[in-house]
Amino acid sequence: MKLLLKQKSVLPGFGPALGFTLFYLTIIVLIPISMLFLKTATLGWSSFWETVSSPRVIASFGLSFGTSFTAALINVIFGLIVAWVLVRYRFPGKKIIDMLIDLPFALPTAVAGIALTTAFSERGLLGSLLGSIGIKTAFTPLGIIIALTFIGLPFVVRAVQPVLEDLDKEMEEAAVCLGARRWQTFVHVILPILFPALMSGFAMAFARALGEYGSVVFIAGNIPMKSEITPLLIITKLEQYDYAGATAIATVMLIASFACLFIINRLQWWSHHRQEA
Amino acid sequence: MSIRIERLRKQFNGYSAIDNVSFSVSDGEFVTLLGPSGSGKSTVLRCIAGLERPDSGGIEIDGEDVTRIPVQERKVGFVFQHYALFRHMTVLENVGFGLRVRGVKRREWEGKAKELLELVGLSGLGGRMPSQLSGGQRQRVALARALAAEPGLLLLDEPFGALDARLRRELRTWLRKLHDRIKLTTLLVTHDQDEALELSDRVLVMNRGRIEQDAKPQAIFDKPSTEFVAAFVGETNRLVGVVHNDEVQWGPLKFGSYSFSDGTRVAILFRPTDVYVSSQPEGSEVSGVIKTIQFLGATESMEIDLGKGFSITAHVPKGVAEQSGFTQGKKVYITVTRSHLFFSLGSA
Repeated sequence: MKLLLKQKSVLPGFGPALGFTLFYLTIIVLIPISMLFLKTATLGWSSFWETVSSPRVIASFGLSFGTSFTAALINVIFGLIVAWVLVRYRFPGKKIIDMLIDLPFALPTAVAGIALTTAFSERGLLGSLLGSIGIKTAFTPLGIIIALTFIGLPFVVRAVQPVLEDLDKEMEEAAVCLGARRWQTFVHVILPILFPALMSGFAMAFARALGEYGSVVFIAGNIPMKSEITPLLIITKLEQYDYAGATAIATVMLIASFACLFIINRLQWWSHHRQEA
Repeated sequence: MSIRIERLRKQFNGYSAIDNVSFSVSDGEFVTLLGPSGSGKSTVLRCIAGLERPDSGGIEIDGEDVTRIPVQERKVGFVFQHYALFRHMTVLENVGFGLRVRGVKRREWEGKAKELLELVGLSGLGGRMPSQLSGGQRQRVALARALAAEPGLLLLDEPFGALDARLRRELRTWLRKLHDRIKLTTLLVTHDQDEALELSDRVLVMNRGRIEQDAKPQAIFDKPSTEFVAAFVGETNRLVGVVHNDEVQWGPLKFGSYSFSDGTRVAILFRPTDVYVSSQPEGSEVSGVIKTIQFLGATESMEIDLGKGFSITAHVPKGVAEQSGFTQGKKVYITVTRSHLFFSLGSA
């Protein structure tokens, strides 16, 4: 620790900068979050447990984590393909596509929700198409996954893009010269290098999806036990003036997502260190 | 393996990278493509490896036309300037990669990789990551990796370009010794004439997508066939004059020019080391004054003023310069012992 503090830098002011950072994080992040725990504590252990273990809440946890995970996974695959196309090929309209990627960032989530619902409802353009082959999207977990995939797309693309741009093409050429097939080059050479970026894209998309509310509630239909996500349940509790109940669910959500991010972070760190060691 | 290149052409966006290049390399030979950057030498190498597809022309390896055969099946070892090691794999995994992707069992490829690391003098470093090695070590790993898949042909694209001068010389000698031992047909691309002259059995000098000269190193240096070759391989004095009575006069210097007719404009090139400098006349009628002396290590480079605005550069061994007491402002006599004349379009 002493070593760390003594490190010289061309820019002075380590002390004030660190002080400001800590102060800022305390005001913006730590105090509000600790309020969550304090409010939850007013419930007492047994009623806390009763709230968070009710079948409706458990079902919503399963749904929220399950759909968020699936959506993030889909984004890893498609985000990688999109990033690949944007980095490796030149084609007309490339700039426009590059801009479209950020749209889910910029759009108010409620607008996204209405747009998605219009497209995927039974009478919508895509919904009717999918309906004709027997796939129902609106008011089902599938619809939720679609909405979460939509809002999570930019994360993976933007995480992978710079790494892909920096990727040494000679490495791929070396692999094919050594007799590697295309898929072998991809699996053994490219993918391991992209892995940390894919993981961080996944983590961000997953975290965003867990907290997403606006774009999901329209398409989800919010049927208890079936398509009711945790954030909605929290809102419902708040509307019923059950503040402690709402914070109890939120606390569980917070701890669980923190654990997920922690695991992803370790994985990322591990693969990064393997390369740079 | 032997290679035969037949009328190879390749254009990039309308610019001719390779323009009608033909040559051949026989089995076990060490041949160098020498030229400035942008001369097309790397493109030739990449076409042979299959990394680039020529617009026209043929490439034969061991008598078989490989022009349409994919890279993976050509069995060539390629070494890149910036090593191109797989940074997420250990040194051993890097070397064994070519065998691994062919489905060779772990025990076997590990054994073979260890053998090769020993061959390149890096045994014991198999467990390291590429980032933990020095530049010279990385390039030797890259070479071991290329050799592991038992190629019939080794292609080296500026392999020492990213290394410092001393290391480059060391690795050069080492590579030549390795080649003498394993006798693998090798094609080297470089812009460093010392490297080309020292290493190769034969040198192809390239310029603007064409081969200017294809000869043994000695001949490239002593009998350059074009002005470009003479100027590119080693330092030169370049003078331009007009032939008159089988002779070109440039200041006080005279050069015989029997192969050019009167009135032809010619460029005369001679190396600074081919200028004999003496403090006594010793039969020379040409004298000048030493304008500057520059210390180059083993030799001294002198700029000699021949009067009337004419001056040339001469290189004299350090010992000779000291013994003769060459200093700035001293009067000296010179003789050009060897020169090359070329038809010249350029201006003086």
